[in-house]
Order: sequence, then C-alpha cells, then structure tokens
Amino acid sequence: MGKTVSVKDLIRNKDKKNKLMLKAERTIPFILFALASISILTTVGIVSTLLYETFLFFREVSIIEFFTNTNMKPLSRVEPSFSILPLLTGTILISLVAMLVAIPIGLTTAIYLSEYASESVRKAVKPIIEVLAGIPTIVYGFFAFTFVTPILREFIPALQSTNALSPGIVMGIMIIPLVASLSEDAMNSVPKAMREGALALGATKLEVTLRVVIPAAISGIIASFVLGISRAIGETMIVTIASGSSKNFTFDITQSMQTMTAYIVEVTSGDAGAGTTAYYSLYAVAFALFIFTLLMNMFAGHISRKYREAY
Amino acid sequence: MSSLSISTELPLKKETTEQVNKTVVYDTKNLNLWYGNNHALKNINLPMYKNEVTAIIGPSGCGKSTYIKTLNRMVELVQNVRISGEILYREKNIFDKEFRVEELRTRVGMVFQKPNPFPKTIFDNIAYGPRIHGIKDKKILKEIVEKSLRGAAIWEEVKDRLHENAYGLSGGQQQRLCIARCLAVEPDVILMDEPTSALDPKSTLKVEELIQELKENYSIIIVTHNMQQAARISDKTAFFLNGEVIEYDDTDIIFSTPSDKRTEDYITGRFG
Repeated sequence: MGKTVSVKDLIRNKDKKNKLMLKAERTIPFILFALASISILTTVGIVSTLLYETFLFFREVSIIEFFTNTNMKPLSRVEPSFSILPLLTGTILISLVAMLVAIPIGLTTAIYLSEYASESVRKAVKPIIEVLAGIPTIVYGFFAFTFVTPILREFIPALQSTNALSPGIVMGIMIIPLVASLSEDAMNSVPKAMREGALALGATKLEVTLRVVIPAAISGIIASFVLGISRAIGETMIVTIASGSSKNFTFDITQSMQTMTAYIVEVTSGDAGAGTTAYYSLYAVAFALFIFTLLMNMFAGHISRKYREAY
Repeated sequence: MSSLSISTELPLKKETTEQVNKTVVYDTKNLNLWYGNNHALKNINLPMYKNEVTAIIGPSGCGKSTYIKTLNRMVELVQNVRISGEILYREKNIFDKEFRVEELRTRVGMVFQKPNPFPKTIFDNIAYGPRIHGIKDKKILKEIVEKSLRGAAIWEEVKDRLHENAYGLSGGQQQRLCIARCLAVEPDVILMDEPTSALDPKSTLKVEELIQELKENYSIIIVTHNMQQAARISDKTAFFLNGEVIEYDDTDIIFSTPSDKRTEDYITGRFG
C-alpha cells in the first residue's frame, strides 16, 4: 500500500527541488528588461548623435536658408550652398509615384485575395506575391535603370536617362506585396459573421466588400499604406541607381532628382571629407528624414484611430 | 402572455393540419443537399405558411441550420455544396437563374445565432440595408430607422444614442438591433437561426415576445434548440433527424400527440 505514489506527493516533492526555479523566475524579468532596453538605448543613441551633428551643421549654415533656399551645391568650391528643398521634393515626388502604383494595385490584390479568390487560389498566389518582397532592392534598382527607363523613353521621349518616374514605378512594384499582404490580413480578420449579416440583407459581394469589410479593416489598411510610404521614403538603392544625383529644385518627374537617402549615400561614399560642412549636412538631412517618417507614422496613427471601426 | 407558459401541454386548437386557404410562402420539394460526400438533407418536403411561425427542431447535426440557410441560399457560401430539388418562394424556384440571389435575400431576412451588428453606429446599422438598395434621402432613412427600431421593440432603449457604436449594446439589445436591421428592408419572411441561444433568459423572453408581434406582418421560420421555445411561440413545428423531416404538423399536435415514436422520444427528452 505504501508503494502507490500519489500525484499530490509527486507535485510536493518537485516543489522542494524547485527553489532554484523560483529564483530564476524572479530574475527573468530583469534579464528580459535588459534585453528590451537594447533597442531603446540604440534609438536614444542614434537620435542624440543625429541631434548633436545636426547642431554642429546649423552653426555654419542658417536654418532658415536650409529650408528656404533652393540651391543645393554642397561640394562647390566657389560658393557652397545647402538646401534641403530639392532633396525633399525628390523624396516626396518619387514616393508619390511609388504609392500611386502600390496603393491601387496592392489594395485590389488584397480585395481579390480576401473576398473573391478561392482558398486554393489564395494559397497559391500569396507566396508568389511575397516573393516580390524578397527581391533585393539593388535588383529593383538595376531593373528600373536598364529595363523600365528604356521602355518608358519609347513613350516619353523627353525622359532623361536617370529620372524620378522610373524608380518611382519600380519602387511601387516593390511595395505592392507589403500593402497587399497587410491589407489582406486586416480584411481577413473581419469576422465572417459580419459579411453574412450584409449578404443576408441582399448586399452584393462588392457592396459587402466596400461597405462592411473595408470600413471594418480600415485601420489595418491605412497602417499598410503608411508602412508602404515609410518604406518608399527610406528606400535608397533604387533611387541611387535610377534617379541620378542632380539636385535641381523641380517638380518635373521626367528629370533626374535626388532623394534624401540617395544624398546621404553620395556624401558618405567619399566625396566630402570628415569635418567639412558638406559632411555635417548629411546629419541634418538624416535628421530631417527621421522627423519626416516620425510625423508620417504619427499622422497615420491618428487617422487609423479616427476611422477605426472596432469590432 | 398566455403563449409564454412553460408547459409543453398546450391546449389543442380546433383547426387541424388540413387547412386550405392559407398562402404558402415557402414550398420545399424533394430537396437534397450534400456537403462533399456528406448527405446533409434528404428529400425534404415542407410547405410553410404566411403569417405563421414555423419552428424547426431537432438534435445537433440534424440539418436544421443547413435547411434554414438553404432557404435564402446562404448555404452556398460553404464550399463543395451540392443541391438538388427545388424550393419555391412565392411560387418561384429560388435556384432559378432568373431569380437573383440578392433579390431573394432582400425579401427574406435573416437573424443569426450570434448577434452580428456591423461595427458602425446604431443608425448606420439599420440604414445599411436601405442604403445598399439605393435609398439616400436622409429624412426617409431617419423614418426607416425609427420604424424598424420600434418594430423590433428597442427604440425606447436606444433613441438617445443612435449615433453611438452598436457594440456598446448588450447582447440582447444587439440581437434586437439585428432584427431591426432586417426589418429595415421590409422583408416578407424572416429566418431566424437559433436567435436566442446566445442570450440570457430575460433577453430571450423579449425576443420571443417580439416574434409573436412580428407574426402579424411577417412569416417567420425559426430554428431552435429549445423545445419549450418552439412550443411557446410557433404555430407549426418540423422535427428534423439525420437530415430528414420526421414529422411536420401543428405545434400543438407535435407536442401533445406526435405520431412518430422518434418525435416523442425527442420532445420528452429521451435523446438530443
């Protein structure tokens, strides 16, 4: 009789051995906290470096001039001048072209996959779309420069060999999977019961999609757009290769333009010596880029909260 | 309300099943349905009448939900469904190519097991149906919303919060809101798939009272797990078992003198 072991005893005996486990249980939160702080510390480090070097830059160049002047000649020996406007218009215009491609195509793809495609089609198509996301950006840049630009020049003879249009389009193609995949996830997580409710009222599939599913998923959809925009603003390789390095202040997308990111590449790749004004300008531009994406994300957060239909 | 008595022994009505001059709203003829290889509905024949409450009872998996979803063709949202036979709605076969499914669903409303309001305001929930059918005039929409909410006996509770999100309502209120949403397109028939199974007893009572009132203007077909509920609110009851209709008769008869042994076993709680 004494040989039968009760579960109760087993559990109690194990408890005694587990003092060590208890100690570990108490220390684990600290370890987790320490690891989690790495990313916070990195952010703080980056921001403070940016701030400091930007401060140094603005001791030499007036901040008003930086934002109002339209001449960007950082390496001119005669009369260097610094202005972020050409880079800002370059970034905004190319991102705009990219989003004009990515949003309509990405969203319709998401609608098709989530509302119309059969399960088997969706399972086949989704991985293929996601392959697009895995292509290195240098390949996209090359594709824009050697393939898309020549084709576009057949239709638009005025197009320069490096221009804003072609990298914009290719960047849009690159962002499609991001928009499609995230929007599709958002739409897919709208409960089926809601679609049924609308269908049972005599709604067509399109009416269900446009008036029930999309409004219910809107915060996720907007989040996908914003991630797409942030991606476009931060994208470097495609524009470095295909949009050239001219720092003209222009709104003509057939011309060569430089984005903020491409400018940083150009300056860091050795044209400006450390400690020169041109070198510090890099930080000012990087800081502007940082603020730009930050504002973008905050704006998106606001929009998606405002239009959110919580279910 | 006398019809709310819990007893299943309702006094026998004088009329029998052989009523002649009632309008048939739904007539199911030789209906068979398969999910893949699973023969879910077997040779169903059921006439259903205007301004009556028809209850469909039976144990889980007997096909009662499948059947009610076939009546407005919602069942076709499931993949691999195959249907043979016909269902006549007001003498038109609902599977006919000429009969648009959206038209059918506009005339035949549905209330689901779990309340499924849209994540919109109370007003927009009710106005959704009229809006998709092209009604844009704000004044008319307002009237429809009030009328529908009154019709579903929820107006007094929500009239001051029409522009708040419907998800702030309690479960029972949400279900009555869904009934109101369905009334807003002025249907002819209302299908209810276990409309009170997710509700507490008090809300259930309210919905049952509402069904009694709605009967004046609508024909109602209700699937229920709750036999007392069927006894309390329905005029006719169909007993489903393993995809077949075992018995279909006046509710009084089904609950007092069923002719099939299996019906009797089920309603007396011997299985199910």
